[in-house]
Amino acid sequence: MRKIKEFVIEKLILICGLASIFFVILIFIFLAKEGIAVFKSVSPFNFLFGKSWYPISEPPQLGILPLILGSLLVTLGAAVISVPIGIACAVYIAEIAPQKVKEILKSGIELLAAIPSVVLGFIGMVTLVPWVKSIFHLPTGLTALSGSIMLAFMAMPTIVSIAEDALYSVPKNYKEGALALGATHWQTIYRVLLPAASSGIVAAVMLGIGRVIGETMAVMMITGNSAIIPHTILQPVRTLTATIAAEMGEVVVGSEHYFALFAIGIVLFVISFAINVTADLFLHKRR
Amino acid sequence: MAKILTKNLNLWYGDFQAIINVNAAFSGNKITAIIGPSGCGKSTLLRIFNRMNDLIEGVRTSGEIIVDQENILDTDADLVVLRKKIGMVFQRPNPFPLSIYENVVFGQRIHNSIRKSELDSLAEESLRSVLLWDELKDKLHKSALSLSLEQKQRLCIARLVAVKPEVLLMDEPCSTLDPQATQRIEELMRELKNNYTIVIVTHNMQQAARISDDTGFMLLGELIEFGKTDDIFTHPSDKRTEDYITGRYG
Repeated sequence: MRKIKEFVIEKLILICGLASIFFVILIFIFLAKEGIAVFKSVSPFNFLFGKSWYPISEPPQLGILPLILGSLLVTLGAAVISVPIGIACAVYIAEIAPQKVKEILKSGIELLAAIPSVVLGFIGMVTLVPWVKSIFHLPTGLTALSGSIMLAFMAMPTIVSIAEDALYSVPKNYKEGALALGATHWQTIYRVLLPAASSGIVAAVMLGIGRVIGETMAVMMITGNSAIIPHTILQPVRTLTATIAAEMGEVVVGSEHYFALFAIGIVLFVISFAINVTADLFLHKRR
Repeated sequence: MAKILTKNLNLWYGDFQAIINVNAAFSGNKITAIIGPSGCGKSTLLRIFNRMNDLIEGVRTSGEIIVDQENILDTDADLVVLRKKIGMVFQRPNPFPLSIYENVVFGQRIHNSIRKSELDSLAEESLRSVLLWDELKDKLHKSALSLSLEQKQRLCIARLVAVKPEVLLMDEPCSTLDPQATQRIEELMRELKNNYTIVIVTHNMQQAARISDDTGFMLLGELIEFGKTDDIFTHPSDKRTEDYITGRYG
């Protein structure tokens, strides 16, 4: 009797474990099947590097280069803002802050992670967007820059908490060794602790960027959504994610446009996958 | 001539008094061993000499430690200068996760005290002084973490010697090493004492007897007996010292 119970429980757990893999495979097959169909009407090269995205013109022009560049620009901007601030914040929490401040900061960061992206997008729309518009004297504040700033807030919690973890797990005797040689606190941090934690910090940055590139709601609300190749960060852009979210609702099922949106999905999937694998490699290197 | 002189030294961790009224004179160019059972305060005493205890919250001290006519416990003592003068080797070898070369020149880089062109000769000189140069001269740019435990500990000593300190504090430097490696590190210490004042904390009484000139025996925070190693080990004046060195406890 006990044996049967063990057997049943074991198998149930096995099924649960396999289910997640199974669904991932199903999703990928579905994505691939629907997405690859677009290459009947447009070559992969023209799809990836085509400069115009007019999916409802006749014939449709399905070049996603503006969307890829839009995503990259917004992500790069977010990284430039969030990486230095995030790492500095992690150093402060892990090394400098007194215990009390540390706890307040950590829960603050967690709270930031808990804000739904649509709320952040909404706040950005009514505060950040007019601000960007008036500071840079632009016709519209719905720009890549606004999106980058908002996304930086979303990347920050990931970067801070993982980088802080990496710094915290640097063996304490490295720090003692450096101090015993007469290093100041700051010299110890940037000559010993940061290099020792570097692989974890790179992983933190990659995971933060991974979060940014997949983000949809906030960018759709505040980047202006125009599918043109951006020349400065002060122009409206449209990202890959926002394109899918905005257009999937009204697309004709089975049309070229429909398949193209799935193909964009594949591109996003590949980018996120590559970022996560890179982050993973660095996390493993640390152990 | 005493290099380090403690006067009525007391130290508390919170409410717990870890060092009780220690008066001792540590001579220059000699090896002084501090022995005693676990928790007797010997590591604490060692770490106070370059103020490493400052890292722990809730530490208070009273009394004086005089090094070169200055009381290093003064609140305005310059810790960077102090730790350059009084360096420390730890129980577990702790080379930084950098190259061997960068480990050796680390101290000079942070203190910015010599020209870049002199770093190479400094690295060679320091590695030679711990007898690592011939083994490692062709792999200076490999990670220090790839070395054996003994090599790591030697590297830590080289890293310290490169800062040109006057005193080397060693906190059970051989406790993670095998007997052969221990013997070689001990030989190295005998050589180093010509140029440095060495204070070593050890669990190992034979080690203390082998290498030290002076020995202090600590028990429950007190320095029970302090004197020439030969005297302490042959005719200790305190019953508790005798019990400890004859292995009745510890």
